[in-house]
This record gives sequence, C-alpha cells and structure tokens, in this order.
Amino acid sequence: MEAVLFYIFAIGVVVAGAQVVLRRNPIYGAVSLVACFFFLAGIYVLLSAHLIAILQVMVYAGAVMVLFVFVIMLLNLKEEELGEMHVTTMKGIGLAAVLVLVGFIAWKALTPVQFARDMAVNEQIHGFGGVKAVGNVLYRSSVLPFEVTSLLLLVAVVSAVVIAKGKI
Amino acid sequence: MPFHFANVLLFTVTAIGFVFLSLFGGKFLRPNNPTPNKSLIYECGEKPIGQAWYNFNPRFYLIALVFVIFEVEIAFMYPVASVYKSFIDHGQGLLAFAEIFLFVAILAVGLAYVWAMGDLEWVKGLKQDVMKAHQAQQSAAIMAKKAA
Amino acid sequence: MQAFLDSLIRGWGHDPQTWVWTQLIYVAFMGLFSFAVINFAAVTAGIFSWAERRVAGRMQSRVGPNRAGPGGFYQWIADAVKLLTKEDLVPTEADQFLFRIAPYFMMVGFACVFVALPFSHRLVIAEMNVGVFYIIAVTALIVVGIIMSGWSSNSKWSLFGAIRSAAQIISYEIPAGMALMIPVLLSGTLSTQGIIRAQGPWPWEWYIFHDPASFAAFFIYFISALAEGNRTPFDLPEAESELVSGYNTEYSGMRFSYFFLVEWGNMWVMSALATTMFLGGWQVPFLPVTDAADKIAMLSGGWTVLAELASIAIFTFKTLFFVFIVMWLRWTLPRIRVDQMMNMCWKYLVPVSFAAVLFVAGWMLVIHAVPALDWIMRIVLTAGGAITLVMFWLRTLQNIKDTGDKFDFTSNW
Repeated sequence: MEAVLFYIFAIGVVVAGAQVVLRRNPIYGAVSLVACFFFLAGIYVLLSAHLIAILQVMVYAGAVMVLFVFVIMLLNLKEEELGEMHVTTMKGIGLAAVLVLVGFIAWKALTPVQFARDMAVNEQIHGFGGVKAVGNVLYRSSVLPFEVTSLLLLVAVVSAVVIAKGKI
Repeated sequence: MPFHFANVLLFTVTAIGFVFLSLFGGKFLRPNNPTPNKSLIYECGEKPIGQAWYNFNPRFYLIALVFVIFEVEIAFMYPVASVYKSFIDHGQGLLAFAEIFLFVAILAVGLAYVWAMGDLEWVKGLKQDVMKAHQAQQSAAIMAKKAA
Repeated sequence: MQAFLDSLIRGWGHDPQTWVWTQLIYVAFMGLFSFAVINFAAVTAGIFSWAERRVAGRMQSRVGPNRAGPGGFYQWIADAVKLLTKEDLVPTEADQFLFRIAPYFMMVGFACVFVALPFSHRLVIAEMNVGVFYIIAVTALIVVGIIMSGWSSNSKWSLFGAIRSAAQIISYEIPAGMALMIPVLLSGTLSTQGIIRAQGPWPWEWYIFHDPASFAAFFIYFISALAEGNRTPFDLPEAESELVSGYNTEYSGMRFSYFFLVEWGNMWVMSALATTMFLGGWQVPFLPVTDAADKIAMLSGGWTVLAELASIAIFTFKTLFFVFIVMWLRWTLPRIRVDQMMNMCWKYLVPVSFAAVLFVAGWMLVIHAVPALDWIMRIVLTAGGAITLVMFWLRTLQNIKDTGDKFDFTSNW
C-alpha cells in the first residue's frame, strides 16, 4: 500500500516538476509548482515527517505560491515576448547534467539500504517527526538557531522593504 | 497516524469526485448551445477591450513578501507553543518564556520597521504620485512662464 | 474513527492488526464517511443560504423566500436544481484548463478541513495530533483556487477580485494563526479534540474567559475568519457594487455553485473552529465528578448514548449560534474600504495578536506560581461577560418596546 502511494506521489512530483520547467506560461508553472508541493507533502507523510508535510503545504503551497503569482503578474510576461524555443548548447549541457544526476541517483537508489524499519519504530516510541518532537528540540538543543532564525526573518523583512522601495 | 493522513487523501479524492460527477451528471440535464455573444467576457454590456492580464500594483507584492515572513514565523511558533505547557510543568517555564519573548520581540521589530517605513499605508503611494505629478505640473508651468 | 472501525472488525471476529482486509475496510468506510461529510457540508451550505435570506428579510423588514415549502425552506433545493440545470458557460477568451480546474482546488481545500474538525465527543474523522496546524495549512488551498479562477477568467473584474481576495486572505492569516496559537499554548496540544478536552463545559472553564488576552484572541480570530471567508464587512473581493461578483464573475451554473458552496460552508467551518478553540466545544455539563479527562467515557449504558447525543447537540448549537452572528454582522455592517481593511489587519490585529501570545505565555507562568489567580481571573471575566450580555439583552428589549417592533409567525412566514 505504502509503496503504491509512494510511486503515485513520486510520479506526480516528477511530472509536475517537469511541467514547472517546460511550461511556457509562467502561471501554469506556478500552478504546477503547487501540485508538485502537494505530492511532495504526500511523500513527507509517508516518511512520517508530519510537521514538514504540513509546513510544505502551509508555507510553500500557501504563502510562497501567492508571492510567485504576484511576481508573475507584476512582471506580466506576454506570450509574444517569450520568443521562440531554440536548441542551444546551454540546453544541451543542461540535459546532459540532468541525465548524469538521474543516473547517479538511480545507481544510489538501487543499492539496498535498511533504515525504513528503524524509522517506523522511532516514530512509535518518540513521536518522531511530529510537532511536539520538533518543539522539544527547538527548546532544548537548538535554542540559538531558533533565535537566530528570528533575526534572519527580521533581516528578510527589512531587505524586502528596501528592495521593494527601490523598485516602486 | 498514517490512518489520519490516509483520510486526507480520501477526502481529496472524494471532493474531486464530487465535483467531477456533479459536473459530468449535469451535462445530461443542462442545455448547451453557446453563442459568440454568450461566450464573451463580461464587461458591463460593452465588448471587452483587450485582455485582463495586465501589470498591477507592486504593493500587493510587498504585502505578499511580508506575509511569507510572518507565516514562517507562525510555522516556527506552533511547535514551540505546543510544548510550552509541558515546559512549565517541568519548572523550566521562565527559560521557555524568555525564548518565546525574544523570538516574537525580534519579529515585532520587523513589523515596527515596515510600519515606520510607511509600507503598511495602503493609499500612501497614490498620495505621493499625486503630489509628484502636481509638483511636476507646477514646475513645468513655471518653466513655461520663464521661457515666455 | 479508527477505534470505531477496529471495534467493528473485532465484532466480526477478526483482529484488526493481522486481518488481511483491514485496510480495505478502512478505505471503504472512510470513503463512505468522506462522502457523507462532503454532502453534509453541501447541505448545510444550502440551508445556510436559505437561512441567510430569511434572516436578511427579517432584519430589513421584508419577507425573503417563503413560497417553496414551509417558511420557504425548500428554496435551497430549488436553487440547487436550478444551478444543476443551468447552461455551463466557459468564455472563449478564458484560459480553458485553469478555468475548469479552479473549482476543484476550492472544493478540495474546503473538504480537507473537515478531516480534523470535530462534530461531537466521538464524531471526528481523524483525531490528528497536528489538527489546528493542519487546518491552517489546508485552507491555503482556497487561496490557490481563488487566484486561479480570477486569473483564468481573463476578465478585469475577476482579476481585481482575485488579487484583492488573495491579499486579504493572506494578510488575515497572520492574526488568525497567532490567535489560534493561544488555545494551543494553554492546552499544550495541537489536536482539536485535545483542546476541547482541556476545557470544560462551563463558561469559566472555556478559553475565551481564561484571561484578557485569550478573550481578545477570540475576537481577533473571529474577525480574521470573517475576512478569510470573504464575509461582510470584508467582502471586498466580491463587492457587487464595484466588481460585479469578483473572482467568480465569469462562472455560471454548477461551476459557480462550488464557489458559492465553499463560501457558505465556510461559515460552518469558522464557527465550529471558534467553538472548538475558545468555547469548550462539545463539553457536556452535569457529568459525575471524576478525575478522568474524558468524563463521557466513564459513563455506562444508556447514559453514554445520552451524553453523546448531548455533545452533538451542544456543539451544533454553539456553532449555529456563531453562524447566526456571522449573518447578523453581514446585514448590520457596511463594507469597509481596502485601505481600512489593510490597516485593520496590519496595524491593529497583528500587533495585538503578538502581544496576546506573549501575555498568555507570561500569564501561564504567573498562574503556575499562584493558582488562585487563575480562578479569580476566570470568574471575573465570566461575570463581566454575563453582565455585558444581560445589559445587551435589556437594551434590545427596550429598543423593541420603543419601536413597537413585533414578529408575526402566522402570516407571511
């Protein structure tokens, strides 16, 4: 059952991801990205990383997607402005790089690894991947990164305002 | 826990099926004779001029940026909030409170900054534009007078 | 629900852990339940549309739909049939694919909320340990649907409506998220059922009267939920006097009805969530005193059934009360301007919700040190709330007496 779901989600991620790159219309790209994020969230659930799955939907599919759509509409690329499709050397190199990467991952993936079972046990014992487990970690061992994240977000707010100010 | 998320999948499938079946079933019940006039975009009775896909105000973009940042903040706060009570029960409440306080306070500085820079004002841009246009007009008039 | 299905399988003489068909039974039954819940949502949305028109009629001294059935109750069925048999137009200029797919996003985002939303003590699809967080996350899908519908229509009205709607929904998601964090802080769990269990049946045990900040948080949540559901006074995205109908202008027939359904169904969702988080949910009063967290499970025999039914009734009553308040607000308040809407969110609700979260975190420390303060604060706030309600009631009675207003149930009803 889990394997079937995994393959459905994985194919969904790959197809939607390919759509993001291949679609000429940027809005279609953004919508494919949302679909991609949802399938990815499904895979996270299968990995029993529930918090990450929910963050994926909430932050990426919800928040970042809206930002992307706003940017796309702000730039408003017209179909005519995109130009013709050309086969260039850069695209050839890109394709070769993708093939090498896929081959490498496939080779790695075919090497059997035994850790899925350990993780399932971990989940039952410690609530692995759940919200509370992450909260405990954030309080106990990662206090400094947690606070620094807040500073990082502050920097992000300030820089967003400064950059947007320059454009408007 | 897998059971719970399986339900989410089932609900998604059922919702899609619900929409699809009612649209598909309705196909046999509803008339279908589109005419060019029916298939026009509505523009208050006029024939639509141009497309609707135009550039719009960048202030929406700014709101979206600020939103993403605060959404991430909420995403970080929830795990922490859910264990806060157990920390108090274990007598580490003061430390936990200090952490939450620092986190929120730093982000509140961010909000205060956006506020102070006037980016929360929705109509400010318009006012500035009008002022600028007005000044440009006046200076142009002065220049024209001088030239005359 | 898993426990219920497990007991069902045990009743058939199998062990759910080892039986081969367990998963199939799960899928079959949960599929049935999901179908039932989505239909429940659709039917409540329909009934709300009738109720809203009746309430509006009453508030504006007119009649409202009263022809089809008793009190015009079958009006919503007539509307559904009409929508089903109406011609489904897709503008030729529109983006065909996205135009057709947008209602699916709306419905999925709406239906998925019900997975974690409780109906009673036992009636909840899945008691997720990430419940509240999950609900906040999946509602984001509705924004995607709105943007897609508005953009793909290729109509100026639709695009304006969609952008406004997206900006409004994402802005109000921040105060809503922060306000919902307060019950999570107080109860120490994200599960919706767990939060209800942490409260009690009486008003002074509810989180709304826990402390001043949670009292404020309830109103912040309620206002934000109104804005997220595009309800008046925040119905800027579909302001009919400026934008025709906003993002769904180009939709007609059945395809339009999903937008309609989601909007009306959202009234149930936001009210049920407010009930769950701040108003004690399904908690039943007058149960025998035990130390157990789950008092209904401690009962036996017919009392269990009675308590379960009472929990459904209490939860439904509280929810419907808030649905009524949402309707009431719609026919009382005028629509606010865009800049007022943004100011309200970013300059009032967001800072106040930040402060409220910090206050509650601090207050929890205080009452941990001095438990007596907890009860004093709860009782003072509950008394304050009760006095306000009584004064409101007296004032309303006075108004009714002064204007000579009366409601005639016999004619024209």
